[in-house]
Amino acid sequence: MTKLWSWGALLFGLVYFTLPLIGMTEFSLKMRRGEYSFDAYAKVLADPKFQETFSYSVLMALVTIAFGALLVVPTAFWVRLKMPWARPYVEFITLLPLVIPAIVIVFGYIRLYNTSSWLPLTGTAMGTNILLMFGYATLALPYMYRAVDTGLRTIDVATLTEAAQSLGAGWGTILARIILPNVLVAVLSGAFLTFAIVIGEFTMAALLNRPAFGPYMQLLGANRAYEPAALAVIAFGITWACMGLIQLITRFSKHTRAQR
Amino acid sequence: MAFLDIEHLEKAFGILRVVKDFNLGIQKGEFVSLLGPSGCGKTTVLRMVAGFETPNSGAIRIDGKDVVNQRPNQRNIGMVFQAYALFPNLTVAQNVGFGLKIKGVGRADQDIRVAEMLRLIGLPDLGNRYPFQLSGGQQQRVALARALAVKPSVLLLDEPLSALDAKIRVSLRTEIREIQQKLGITTIFVTHDQEEALSISDRIVVMNGGIAEQVGAPFEIYNRPNTKFVANFVGTLNTFDAAVLDPAAGRVSLAGTEITLPQPLVSLTGDRIALALRPEALHLGRFEGREVVLPGVITDVHFLGSVIRVRADVAGASVALDTFNRADTPPPPVGAAAEVSFSAADLIVLGG
Amino acid sequence: MQSSTTAAPPVARAARRRLPLHWLGLAPFLIFAVLFLILPTMHIVLGAFRTPEGSFTLENLRGLNTDQIKAAYLISIKISLASALLGCAIGFAVAAAIVLGGLPKFIRGPLLTFSGVASNFAGVPLAFAFLATIGPVGLITVYLKTQMGIDLRLLGFNLLSFWGLTLTYLFFQIPLMILIITPALDGLKKEWREAASMLGASGLQYWRMVALPILFPSLLGTLALLFANAFGAVATAIALTGSSMNIVPILLFAQIRGDVLGNPHLGYALAFGMIVITGIANGIYIWLRARSERWLK
Repeated sequence: MTKLWSWGALLFGLVYFTLPLIGMTEFSLKMRRGEYSFDAYAKVLADPKFQETFSYSVLMALVTIAFGALLVVPTAFWVRLKMPWARPYVEFITLLPLVIPAIVIVFGYIRLYNTSSWLPLTGTAMGTNILLMFGYATLALPYMYRAVDTGLRTIDVATLTEAAQSLGAGWGTILARIILPNVLVAVLSGAFLTFAIVIGEFTMAALLNRPAFGPYMQLLGANRAYEPAALAVIAFGITWACMGLIQLITRFSKHTRAQR
Repeated sequence: MAFLDIEHLEKAFGILRVVKDFNLGIQKGEFVSLLGPSGCGKTTVLRMVAGFETPNSGAIRIDGKDVVNQRPNQRNIGMVFQAYALFPNLTVAQNVGFGLKIKGVGRADQDIRVAEMLRLIGLPDLGNRYPFQLSGGQQQRVALARALAVKPSVLLLDEPLSALDAKIRVSLRTEIREIQQKLGITTIFVTHDQEEALSISDRIVVMNGGIAEQVGAPFEIYNRPNTKFVANFVGTLNTFDAAVLDPAAGRVSLAGTEITLPQPLVSLTGDRIALALRPEALHLGRFEGREVVLPGVITDVHFLGSVIRVRADVAGASVALDTFNRADTPPPPVGAAAEVSFSAADLIVLGG
Repeated sequence: MQSSTTAAPPVARAARRRLPLHWLGLAPFLIFAVLFLILPTMHIVLGAFRTPEGSFTLENLRGLNTDQIKAAYLISIKISLASALLGCAIGFAVAAAIVLGGLPKFIRGPLLTFSGVASNFAGVPLAFAFLATIGPVGLITVYLKTQMGIDLRLLGFNLLSFWGLTLTYLFFQIPLMILIITPALDGLKKEWREAASMLGASGLQYWRMVALPILFPSLLGTLALLFANAFGAVATAIALTGSSMNIVPILLFAQIRGDVLGNPHLGYALAFGMIVITGIANGIYIWLRARSERWLK
C-alpha cells in the first residue's frame, strides 16, 4: 500500500521532470526540416556573441568564487573561533539574499552607486563589472557560507588553531595551511554552486547592462526559435556538471578520510 | 496454558534463519529475560511479539488469543525501546498520556492516570518538561510510564538500559523490577547483559543462533548450565581438562587427582572432557567441605575492594578465583605457591 | 557540540568581548554586507518614503494604488503561493516516498543529485525548456494536437498565465523542497513510529500527533523560502513571457529599465512592496516557528 503510493509519487516526479528535458532536447534538434540535426548547436556555438558572453560569465564566475572564498572562509573561521555568540547574527545576514529579491538589491546598486554618488561604480565598465561581481557574491553568499560553516563544524577549529599557534604559526599560515585544506571540499562545493548560479544569472547582469550569458540567452530567446532550446540543453549540461563535480569531490574526500 | 504462549516460532530474513523453532510459555505476572549476544534473535522474537515483524510460521497467543495477524496497534502491548523513543514535541505528561488520548479517555481521567504514573516512576513534578530537559535515566522512566499508562497486558523491554551510565543502569533496573512486581504485569526483557538478566528475572531464556539454549530460573542457569554456550556466556568460568575413568560412577582424573562427580557421565572411559568451575567455587587454601585440593602458583592479584580476584596457574590451566577481602589477611603476593581447593559437587560438566 | 570554543570559560569570553580588536576579524564581512546588501536595501526602503527633493512623503506608496499595480501584486502573490504550496506538497510526497516509502535504496542518491541540478536549473533556460515542451509549438502541445486531436489552447491552457507560470516554477520549487525536507525526514526516528503504534495509534494518528508537529518548523521554513524564491523570480518570467505578463518582478524590471510608470520614485515603492511581502512571509514563519519550537533545544 505504502509502496504503491511511493512508486506513484516517484513516477509522477519522473514524468514531470523528464518531459521538459525531453521537450527541449527534441526541439533543439529540429532546426533542419524533416530530420534531426545539430544545426542549432552549430549555429549557437559559432555565434561570436555566444563566445563573448559565455567567456565573460565564466570569468565573472571565477572572480566571484575567488572573492567569495576569501571573504567567507576567514569570516566563518573567525566567528567559530573567537565570536561564537555572533554566529546567529552573521548567519542571519548571510541568509538575507534568500529573502530580499535580487532585483531589489540590484535596483539599490543602480541608485546607490550611480555616476553622481560618492562611489560612482557604474560610471565605468570596470566599475560596473566589479559591482556585478559583488552582486553575484551576495547571491552566492547563503550557499557559500553554509557550505563552509558546515565544513568547519566537522573539524575542531579551536584545537587546530591552538596547536598551530603553539608551533609558531601566524594567522595567515593557519588559514592557508590548516583551515583551508580542511574545508577545501566545502569551499569547492560552494564554488561549483556559485558557478552554476553566476553562469546563467540574468537579472543583475541585464539591469547593470553587462554583456553576460544570461541576457544573451534571453535576447536569443526573444528573436530565434530553435537556438534557445539548444542553449537550454547546454545550460542544463553545465548545471549538471557542477552538481556532478560537487558529488564527486564529496565522495572523493570521504574516501581519503576513511583511509586516514 | 500459559498467559503468553509462543509456539514453534520461525523467522527468516531472506535465506538467513534468525529464529528457529522458538517455544516459550510465560505465566501471568512473570518477568522473563531473553539473554544472548547480538544477532542471536532475541530482539527479533520481541519484535514479533510486538507485531513489527511477521513470523514465517508459528503462533503467538496472548491470553489464549492468537495475535500473529493483529497489527501492533491492536495488540494492547506496552513497549520500551533502547534509544529514548519519547516524542520530542510533547511534554512528559503528554507523552505519558499519549496512549490514553488515542483510546479516547476523557481529559480528567487522563490527567489522573498520568499523575498516577508519574508518581509511580518517582517524577511527579516533571510533567511539564520536554524530553530534551531530562536525563537519560529520567527519559527511560517516562518511557516506562508511557508504556504502562494504557494498562497493557504484556510489557516488552528492548534493552532499555543499554544507553545509560553504569550507575543509573543498576538503580533503574531495580526500579523496573519493583514497578513490575507492584503491577504484576507480564514482562519480556531483552538484554545482552547477563548480570542484568540474572538480577531481575523470574526466568531467563539464553539464546544463541536463533535457538533457545536453556530456559530456567537465574539460579539454575548460572549453576547448572545445560550447554557449553550457556556456561560461557553467563558468568565467568574456569575450565579444566579431565580424563574419564569410570563414567557410570562419575569418576574422572584431573591433573592426576582422582575426583568423583555427583552425577554419572555419558562419556566413555578414556574420553577427555571439560569441567568448569565458577570463580567463587574456588577457594584459596584448604577449606572445610572443599575436598579437592590442587597446588598452584599465583600469577595475578586484582584488589577490587570487597572482593579480591586472584589468577593462578592450577593443573595446567589459568584460573580466576574470588575471595572476600578481610582486613586481617593481606592478598597473596604474585609468584607465591598456593593451594586451591573446591568441592567436586560444584564442578560443571560442559556438554556440547 | 557545535564547537569547542563555546566551552571557553565565561571569564575568558567576557574578557574577549571587551577587546574591540576581535571585531577587526569580522570587519571585511561586515563592510561587504553593509555596502552591497544592507545599504542598497535601505536605500530602496527610504527612497519609497522620499520625494525627488528628499523630503518625507507617503505619495509614492499611494501611487501603488492603481489597478495595474494592484493586479500585478495579486497575481504575483497567487503564483508564488500556489507554486510554494504545491512545491511543498509534491516535494514532500516524493521525499517521503524515497525516505519512508520502502523504495530501493539506489534511487535516493541519483534523485538527490538530480534535485540539486533541477533546483538550480532556473532562469532563462528553464523557460526555454517549458516553451519547447508545452509552448505553442512545444513537444506535448503538438503531440496532443496532431495525435489525439486535443488543442490545449482551445482548452484554455496558456503558458503565459497563472497556471503556466506556476507549472514552470514548480520545476525548481519541488526539487528545492526535496533537498531541504529529506534530511528532516531522515531525522524521524523509527522508534517514534513504533512507540506510537504500540500505544494504539494508527499511521494517520502518528503523522498528525507526532511526525508532522516535529516536521512543522522545517515545512514552514521551506514554504517561506519557496514563496520568496518564486516571488523574486525575474529571469524565468521574462524569458517565458517577454514583458507581456503583468507580475511585480516584470513590472519592476521594466520600471528600472525605462521608467514605464512615469514616476521614478514609484519604482522604490514597488520594490519596497516586494520586500514587505517576502518580509511578511518570513515574519510569519519566524513567529510560528517560535511558537511551535518550544520543545527544541
